[in-house]
Amino acid sequence: MYTVPLPRIGTDIAWRDAAKRLIGAGVSPDDVLWDFDNEMGELFATAAALPPLTRRIKAPQSFVQMADWVVWHKDPQRFARLYALLWRLRHQPGLMQDRADPDLAKLRHMEKGVHRCKHKMKAFVRFRDLRQGGARRSFAAWFEPTHHTVEPTAPFFARRFADMDWMIATPDVTAQFVDGNLSFHPGQPKPDLPEDAAEALWGTYFCNIFNPARLKVSAMTSEMPKKYWKNLPEAQHIQGLIAGAEAKVQQMRDNAPTLPPERAAKIKRQLRDDQE
Amino acid sequence: MARLDLSQKLAILSDAARYDASCASSGTTRRDSRDGKGLGSTEGSGICHAYAPDGRCISLLKILMTNFCIYDCAYCINRVSSNVQRARFSVDEVVQLTIEFYRRNYIEGLFLSSGIIQSPDKTMEDMLRIAKRLREVENFRGYIHLKTIPDAAPELIEEAGLYADRLSINVELPTDNSVKAYAPEKNPVTIRKAMGDVKSRKDMAGERSYTGKRGKRFVPAGQSTQMIVGADGSTDATILGQSTQLYGDYKLKRVYYSAFSPIPDATAKLPLIKPPLVREHRLYQADWLLRFYGFGVDEITAARPDGNLDLEVDPKLAWALQNRAQFPVDVNKASKEMLLRIPGFGTRTVGRILSTRRHRRLRYEDLLRMGASLKKAQAFITALDWSPGGLTDSINLRARFAPPPEQLSLF
Repeated sequence: MYTVPLPRIGTDIAWRDAAKRLIGAGVSPDDVLWDFDNEMGELFATAAALPPLTRRIKAPQSFVQMADWVVWHKDPQRFARLYALLWRLRHQPGLMQDRADPDLAKLRHMEKGVHRCKHKMKAFVRFRDLRQGGARRSFAAWFEPTHHTVEPTAPFFARRFADMDWMIATPDVTAQFVDGNLSFHPGQPKPDLPEDAAEALWGTYFCNIFNPARLKVSAMTSEMPKKYWKNLPEAQHIQGLIAGAEAKVQQMRDNAPTLPPERAAKIKRQLRDDQE
Repeated sequence: MARLDLSQKLAILSDAARYDASCASSGTTRRDSRDGKGLGSTEGSGICHAYAPDGRCISLLKILMTNFCIYDCAYCINRVSSNVQRARFSVDEVVQLTIEFYRRNYIEGLFLSSGIIQSPDKTMEDMLRIAKRLREVENFRGYIHLKTIPDAAPELIEEAGLYADRLSINVELPTDNSVKAYAPEKNPVTIRKAMGDVKSRKDMAGERSYTGKRGKRFVPAGQSTQMIVGADGSTDATILGQSTQLYGDYKLKRVYYSAFSPIPDATAKLPLIKPPLVREHRLYQADWLLRFYGFGVDEITAARPDGNLDLEVDPKLAWALQNRAQFPVDVNKASKEMLLRIPGFGTRTVGRILSTRRHRRLRYEDLLRMGASLKKAQAFITALDWSPGGLTDSINLRARFAPPPEQLSLF
């Protein structure tokens, strides 16, 4: 029996390394326990070192790519499920093409969940200006991801916001980008971030780009689930916009057509002359 | 009139911009700012940073440079004869808003449109100053979508294409006659010419010269347009026919359909209606069938004699119900083309069926796990352990999908 410790930061590399050693030594999935971030405690710790890496292990590229996503899922079974599929792949090389296989379907479903979480993180992180002066501007955000997606998503922010320093703090892992260097640190409680005046302008935009005649609340919540609202500054306006929508549209209907402003006739006359 | 502050201008000029449906930020070149000398990135697929309670994605800062306008288009909130409050952003204000919103991760970039002020050329020049500042002074590498003024000089439109990821020109209404009736100052011929110019300029940029060099990057995310639905009397067949022509002639990336929606201070010429949202949705579904599922316009619009799409069931299902002789289809044998015509099967499901079919034959349960919507599909397919029996030809098949008739109430 092997117990494999997996760290919270660098989980992907650690899992892949262990899986290669175990599969190389022919260790059955029933003989492996995966311990993420010491969650099992001392009880299951064993002294057995992992088998040495003796040969090159091959796995389909599609499996490797899928595993790189699934390791960040929050399901405690993710490592065991991946390893069990890798075990089956030894004798069923075509398995990755069988989209209806229940084990694979489950892993693909988990992959999709991580994919979505990563996408939502790219969308919903909201930075605040720390106004610290200096050559580079500094921003910070608080975010609560569904899965362990800070580490795989942070490079996106590094590519996008390379000319500023930033921090994305989360309860899981905190990412920091200072002077062009990206680093990861343990998660933390919500920090106290300074108020940012841009949030009021962003709220103004959010309220005015909304078309009250097209109210479709479920379409909004399916893409922007309520669990994200508490960290989105614009979300505080949603209730008011929904409540006032019908009255706003009714008012547009009730208003009788007005007379054109005085300048209209003059402008139209001139435009006609120009076009002729 | 009191001077407007930035927040008031933003309120007026985003309110004025919300009738443009597009907010796409995808499909452009891959760029980033890892060199530390600029701001922003684009990586293929766009990102929706927020959703408004109308269910629409907010990806770009979508604003008008100004809502002053010398044209008098009946459907438009900004027409010269309307009494809405007017405002105008300075170049600096638009640039600052874009950059500061972008740095806080609110947006993917800017979608800038404008009312026509003084002249089409003058308007386009002012918009170009904003785009140029963003690209050349701020080193902004995010997404820029410029609404092109069709009557502007071709060299201005050409310059716009060097800064913008996407250009768009709205055809506004589905027929030339409708444009004449409701947008008297606009000329459909000019609009088409401008779209043609953008297309040929973009084609040129893709070709290599004799030295082997590629031309300068020109609107990498292509051009799009928008049609207002429900303001005039055009049928869905007319609208989709027009779209097919636009996709073909100008290689448009997208045609957007915008349900005519109540505007403040409407004109008596176009009475306000409830926006036909279901119709708009069906048009988008039909548009997808035309582009990705191998359907022709005639097939999609043949289901009803009045040339409009069925509002109660989606256009693919409507087609299948009309062509039941072609069903049920054996998922283990059918061609890709035929699999794509099965209601409840998307392009992804079809891809999965094809790849799994190489290894083994498929059962009903397999299709469920592949993401097919079997509630719709089951009447139209056979699988290893599934046959629809008499369901395919049953008289009440349509009733299983259409919403139940509305209950009468006392009034």
